[in-house]
Amino acid sequence: MVGTLESSDIQIGLSPNPGGGLDIQLQSVVKAQFGDAIVATITEVLESFGIKDATVNAVDRGALEWIIRARMQAVCCYATGTQFEWKGEDK
Amino acid sequence: MQTAKLKRTSLYVSGASPINMIQAAFYNEDCLVYDLEDSVPASEKDAARLLVYNTVRYHRPANKYVIIRVNGIYSEYIDEDLEAAVRANPDAIRIPKVEYKEEVIRICQRITEIETAAGMEVGKIEVWCNIESYLGLINAYDIATADPRVVALALGAEDFTASMKSHRTKEGLEIFYARNALLTACRHAGVEAIDAVFSDINDVEGLKEDTALTRNLGFDGKTCVHPRQIDVVNSFFTPSQKEIKYALRVLQAVEEGKLQKKGAVTLDGSMIDKPMELRARTTLAQAEAAGINVGEELL
Repeated sequence: MVGTLESSDIQIGLSPNPGGGLDIQLQSVVKAQFGDAIVATITEVLESFGIKDATVNAVDRGALEWIIRARMQAVCCYATGTQFEWKGEDK
Repeated sequence: MQTAKLKRTSLYVSGASPINMIQAAFYNEDCLVYDLEDSVPASEKDAARLLVYNTVRYHRPANKYVIIRVNGIYSEYIDEDLEAAVRANPDAIRIPKVEYKEEVIRICQRITEIETAAGMEVGKIEVWCNIESYLGLINAYDIATADPRVVALALGAEDFTASMKSHRTKEGLEIFYARNALLTACRHAGVEAIDAVFSDINDVEGLKEDTALTRNLGFDGKTCVHPRQIDVVNSFFTPSQKEIKYALRVLQAVEEGKLQKKGAVTLDGSMIDKPMELRARTTLAQAEAAGINVGEELL
């Protein structure tokens, strides 16, 4: 589990979902307005880590896009037991 | 034209707190220090590093001098911290607990290696060194001149007094020598000197007394631990009319020298060098920041 339930943060848990594809469960106070964008960011980070089968439980407290991205990158690193690939950020 | 970047106030914000990081951009501090060290618990180091990286690289606040304080040089986190901090491309990286020039040289070499590997402009990221022990203070001049990236030394009083076995007081007599020694080293090296924090965030009068001393000794700025300290500290770095007039005369002389294609310029019989010109620009920038209209033609 990464993140907190404080304002402007998002708490994310990631668990295996063998053969089940991506199952993203999102609770958010702004789900109606930004739910699709939040799910898109979560999906994009999962894809960048090559994760195709996983269950994501996310409780959003109004986190901005780059906070969601950072929290997802951290939870993916923890779940896969890897360090972040910094060279992938180079132009 | 070289512009003066004010460094009156440096506000630490924890890299573990998204809400604090977002709010910090809206205060009046000159320098915003995203912290990966003391304010981040060990269990949150990796997550904080990613938060700070994404914030600084993609959503850095405008009109702030942005700094990332990495973990200690000998910590298990320093390699990953530098990979992230350099690629985030802040104005400066702040290194805690520096004691020897060799440490600075090694860190600066690593910064260069990462800049090169990442295809970034080499040498653009500056370095601030925190002096937080008697050893660091003894070697302050060597540290300040260890690499051209080093632009400032900052005194860390809590760890310094612990290394001296002295007791921290509000009056600060126990760090009076350290303040002067650090300033002397900075002035000789031509880098900026940043004073220690005043820890009691509820004692406004104490902060005022402490900051008056900071300013009168000659420091260029002071580290803040709470947003409510920022405006108080900034107010002490408002230059006097005499200082503003002198700064204007310095820049006027520089401009006249350029028009006359003079290699060397003098004012009142003294040579004006680059540090004097930059100091004049800093004075005027401080005046502007305090709402004093000094005219724009020379800024």
